Amino acid sequence: MTFADLLLQQTINGLSLGAMYALLALGFTLVYGILELINFSHFNVFMVGSFVGLWVLQQFGLSGQEIVLAGLPLVGVLLAAFVVTMGVSGGIGVAIERLCLRPLRNVKGPAAMITTIGVSYILFNIVLLTVGADSKNYPNPVPAIHYHIGGAVLDLRVILIWIVATILMLGLYFFVQRSRLGKAMRATAQDAEAARMMGVEVDKVIIMAFFLGSALAGAGGMIFGLYYNFTSFLIGFTAGLRAFTAAVLGGIGNVPGAMVGGILIGLIEAMSAQFLATAWTDVIIFSILVLVLVFKPSGLFGRIAPTKS
Amino acid sequence: MLLEFKDVDTHYGDLHVLKKVNYSIEKGEIVALLGGNACGKSTTMKTIMGVVRPTRGQVIFDGQAIEKLPTAERVRRGIAPVLEARRLFPRMTVFENLEMGAYLRKRGPEFDQDIERVYALFPRVKERRDQIAGTLSGGEQQMVAMGRALMARPRLLCMDEPSMGLSPIFVEQVFDIIQAINRSGTTIFMVEQNANMALSIAHRAYVLQTGQVVLSGAAEELRRNPLIREAYLGEMQVGATT
Ligand SMILES: Nc1ncnc2c1ncn2[C@@H]1O[C@H](COP(=O)(O)OP(=O)(O)OP(=O)(O)O)[C@@H](O)[C@H]1O
Ligand SMILES: [Mg+2]
Repeated sequence: MTFADLLLQQTINGLSLGAMYALLALGFTLVYGILELINFSHFNVFMVGSFVGLWVLQQFGLSGQEIVLAGLPLVGVLLAAFVVTMGVSGGIGVAIERLCLRPLRNVKGPAAMITTIGVSYILFNIVLLTVGADSKNYPNPVPAIHYHIGGAVLDLRVILIWIVATILMLGLYFFVQRSRLGKAMRATAQDAEAARMMGVEVDKVIIMAFFLGSALAGAGGMIFGLYYNFTSFLIGFTAGLRAFTAAVLGGIGNVPGAMVGGILIGLIEAMSAQFLATAWTDVIIFSILVLVLVFKPSGLFGRIAPTKS
Repeated sequence: MLLEFKDVDTHYGDLHVLKKVNYSIEKGEIVALLGGNACGKSTTMKTIMGVVRPTRGQVIFDGQAIEKLPTAERVRRGIAPVLEARRLFPRMTVFENLEMGAYLRKRGPEFDQDIERVYALFPRVKERRDQIAGTLSGGEQQMVAMGRALMARPRLLCMDEPSMGLSPIFVEQVFDIIQAINRSGTTIFMVEQNANMALSIAHRAYVLQTGQVVLSGAAEELRRNPLIREAYLGEMQVGATT
């Protein structure tokens, strides 16, 4: 492989990882934008989403890498798996908000954030105790078709991941930008009290933010499984922290920023794994987190600083 | 009677702000609420909107007690605010801000008609409809804030210091428009520091002092009241000549 081939290959890999981080980063940003809350339970909603996707694929009789589908059955199975995964994950997000965070809505200080850490560990342990500590083989129904671009390889599976992620991100973007509820979400993020006095029911908006963010995290969790061919109760923390970095990098609270930040973090991970060493990936990513927080706390595109003003 | 406060008390924690306050506002009136800083004027507005809940007393709108209703329901019944310091949604466009004013209403011919009405009242707003609201001048923001409130088709418009930070000529324009809005049938309850201007367009006024109504009556009478002249109008006239 020439250097150009390596670069292209890592760009392909980076875009796949980046799509996953972007989906996950959106959940941090949506909730932060409205509540100024860093929702650490999001890490493990992603992890649970990955298991929900696994379960749905198994219901279709898929296991391991042997059973391959094509055409309509493939699209149908993937569609069903994504829809169920996103619905369940979104529901978990809503439940977390209703049961654990809403009672703390008017409590000042870090109580809500600490609660999200607690919820994160609860989800983590529930999965550990029910499905076990060993990592699970993730079924992959996509035919092993490879396209060669120079020396680089592009899998059909990767193309499908890109398509799904692009649809979800565009869908979210247009929802937030154009729909009535999306506008209410933006208005609430910019001035919650004024939005309320326009007739916006702020609690509904908060539920929507948790639902959408968690649903996207679930989709991200399924993409993790499809991409790496495994899942485990452990996957939430690393991916979650990287996606959180992506949200901060793009300017936490900023929806397009989270998408771009996610893609950038994915590319950085892929490049550092290729040209440095995998072991250094987190050093680089978290150095970026620290540098952004120190020198440009509002992120690359952000207008919302991650401090209360 | 469109709006009535009956012995309303409000608290922020231990801070007792409104104390046994009574207001009554008839349909079609412009009523001014005057008073010094921190006496509870904005708190009055927030109590009408339901952002602050009274700890005692009743708020009656159109014959029904509303003090326990959520804010959205009050908006639905026809109360809309022009908030202190405009409070536009700074990163939304002017048009989106107007849309937020009509949040609880259906899109359709009525909505389009109301947008046109706002554009007719404020041609400047039409010119700037695609601009990000946070980049407007203070005067332009005030026009958008008023337009946004009108988009709710309110029966009662609650304005908190509409003249704040505006140049004298512009203040006159704003007050002309307030009168025009009133003539078209909207009742107006207006907080003002600019007592002179407020009393020149209001039918009646209340004077609030540390959370209590200390004076009320026809605007004309209050204008002649020596207490008012000293406390509010005197200051304003000095301010206006410098
Ligand atoms: N959310 C709040 N929490 C605690 N105290 C508050 C809150 N809002 C207002 N106050 C206090 O209540 C008192 C009345 O405030 P309010 O905003 O009603 O005054 P105002 O008459 O509108 O004054 P100004 O002319 O300066 O706008 C003030 O002492 C203020 O500090
Ligand atoms: Mg005030």
